[in-house]
Amino acid sequence: MALRLRSALLLLLILAAALGAWQIAATPAAPTGPALDPEYAKLLGTAAQGGQQTPMPRPSDIAARAWQLLRDPFYVHGANDQGIGIQLGWSLLRVLTGFGLAALVAIPLGFLIGMSPVLHGALDPIIQVLRPVSPLAWMPLALYTIRDSGASAIFVIFICAIWPMLLNTSFGVASVRREWLNVARTLEAGPWRTALAVILPAAAPTIMTGARISIGIAWLVIVAAEMLVGGTGIGYFVWNQWNNLAIADIVVAILVIGLVGMALDQLLGRAARAVAWRE
Amino acid sequence: MPRPWLSVEGIARRYGARPVFRDLWFGVERGEFVALIGHSGCGKTTILNILAGLEAPDAGTVVMDGRQVSGPALDRAVIFQSHALLPWLSALGNVAFAVRSRHRDWPRSRVQDHARRVLDMVGLTEAAGRRPAELSGGMKQRVGIARALAIEPSLLLMDEPFSALDALTRGTLQDEVLRLVSDAGQTALVITHDVDEAILLADRILLMTNGPDARVAEIVVNTLPRPRDRQTIHRTPGHHALRSHIVDFLVARSRTLAGSRPEGWDGRRVPEVRPAVTPIEETIS
Ligand SMILES: Nc1ncnc2c1ncn2[C@@H]1O[C@H](COP(=O)(O)OP(=O)(O)OP(=O)(O)O)[C@@H](O)[C@H]1O
Ligand SMILES: [Mg+2]
Repeated sequence: MALRLRSALLLLLILAAALGAWQIAATPAAPTGPALDPEYAKLLGTAAQGGQQTPMPRPSDIAARAWQLLRDPFYVHGANDQGIGIQLGWSLLRVLTGFGLAALVAIPLGFLIGMSPVLHGALDPIIQVLRPVSPLAWMPLALYTIRDSGASAIFVIFICAIWPMLLNTSFGVASVRREWLNVARTLEAGPWRTALAVILPAAAPTIMTGARISIGIAWLVIVAAEMLVGGTGIGYFVWNQWNNLAIADIVVAILVIGLVGMALDQLLGRAARAVAWRE
Repeated sequence: MPRPWLSVEGIARRYGARPVFRDLWFGVERGEFVALIGHSGCGKTTILNILAGLEAPDAGTVVMDGRQVSGPALDRAVIFQSHALLPWLSALGNVAFAVRSRHRDWPRSRVQDHARRVLDMVGLTEAAGRRPAELSGGMKQRVGIARALAIEPSLLLMDEPFSALDALTRGTLQDEVLRLVSDAGQTALVITHDVDEAILLADRILLMTNGPDARVAEIVVNTLPRPRDRQTIHRTPGHHALRSHIVDFLVARSRTLAGSRPEGWDGRRVPEVRPAVTPIEETIS
């Protein structure tokens, strides 16, 4: 307990020091920035045309923006102006849909691969080749075939979330202890009962580890995917605020993305603890 | 010669070119308790797995009650050396899993009741709700015993069931198994390293030579009277001769007899000896 208290105090100290230094450093003295690279200036948009850079927001500016953004997170003022909560909701919806679809495919397929060495031998080369591909590389193909940007984003999430669950499920199923399977055999448990009552609980912790990795990756990828496809979502929000040069909004979005990602991870961590067993 | 109730008929097993054992014959009668003793690696677990139907022999067959053993079945229960409990289930859950396998039509409450009764029988009433990780080694093995007995098997197979336990726990569990098996008239085969365990439990003791190419060199008939008591059995007349005979075998003859088979060896007619029968008893009978 004393340890946690000391850690908390130290954390506050570090935060205070970092934010204090940031606040002082970002407070403008005499803004005479150097001439900008024209390409970069174009990216920065109108504010940079005049040669002057948008000032880095101070923690106090960010806190003020955060208050404005989070006070009414669910407003909708037309297609291009929606609250940060709505955008987050879109992202979460896509992540959970893609992740859920991936689980529906990966867990049964992983079961089959784990139980059948032949299937494992056949599919492993495919998995090994596809797994290292950045999910965003699938985006053009998805847009071309699905012809719907929202569904394409979900597909990209599906593709990136499937591998850890597939590999962990097949590994967990393949490494179920032989003696437990022998117990099931001597008790004449059929294939379904063996799969559901012995193999599934035995492999559940490994499967949950895969699911936890998957949701982490999915949450990483959704921001980039939404930056590409645009329209809605927290990734789109970040890109949009970049175009508006609303740096403080981006910082707020980063914090919110981090918090939601942490919450997702803890949720899956809790689920993993629920199915964990100790020998 | 009539076929015994459980009849092991010329089974062999090899890994690669090396035979673990071959031409192995023995029988177990209904209600009999047989022990199999031999040094590590002579193929005892392999034999038990073949009897259980978990492995198939490379040659020969096993016939039980007139039917050939072709796979695992509920009439043969196994108590595994490493207890093999499912760690995500409670003690009760593990036993109930077996009960549900035997009585698929029973409602849940009846399954639970039956499982609880069997756990009571092995003295685990209090620990029914605990998971294996929360049980001591002896308690885990008790759950293993309960799980095996819960399906009321016609043959109980035990692979060194107590070898991982300390001497005190081993003693109590031996007593318990002795009681449960004789109460039920259970047919049983136990694999063991422990001479005293074999003498306490078994009616007949099969002595195996060292591998590779192991065989049952001798069958020792244990004529010590029942009921037997672990505390006093060593004072029973004949106990000393019986024990010395088996220890001699394990210390020396299991090695010297290994490998080559003597002239005229017949795997079907393994010599039977009764070291516990004193000359006086022999003249009386
Ligand atoms: N999968 C396998 N591949 C190759 N050899 C094996 C395999 N399984 C067992 N053996 C060999 O078969 C022999 C018999 O093994 P088994 O486990 O039946 O011995 P055991 O008598 O039960 O020994 P222990 O008393 O140590 O349990 C051993 O020499 C072992 O090396
Ligand atoms: Mg063994």
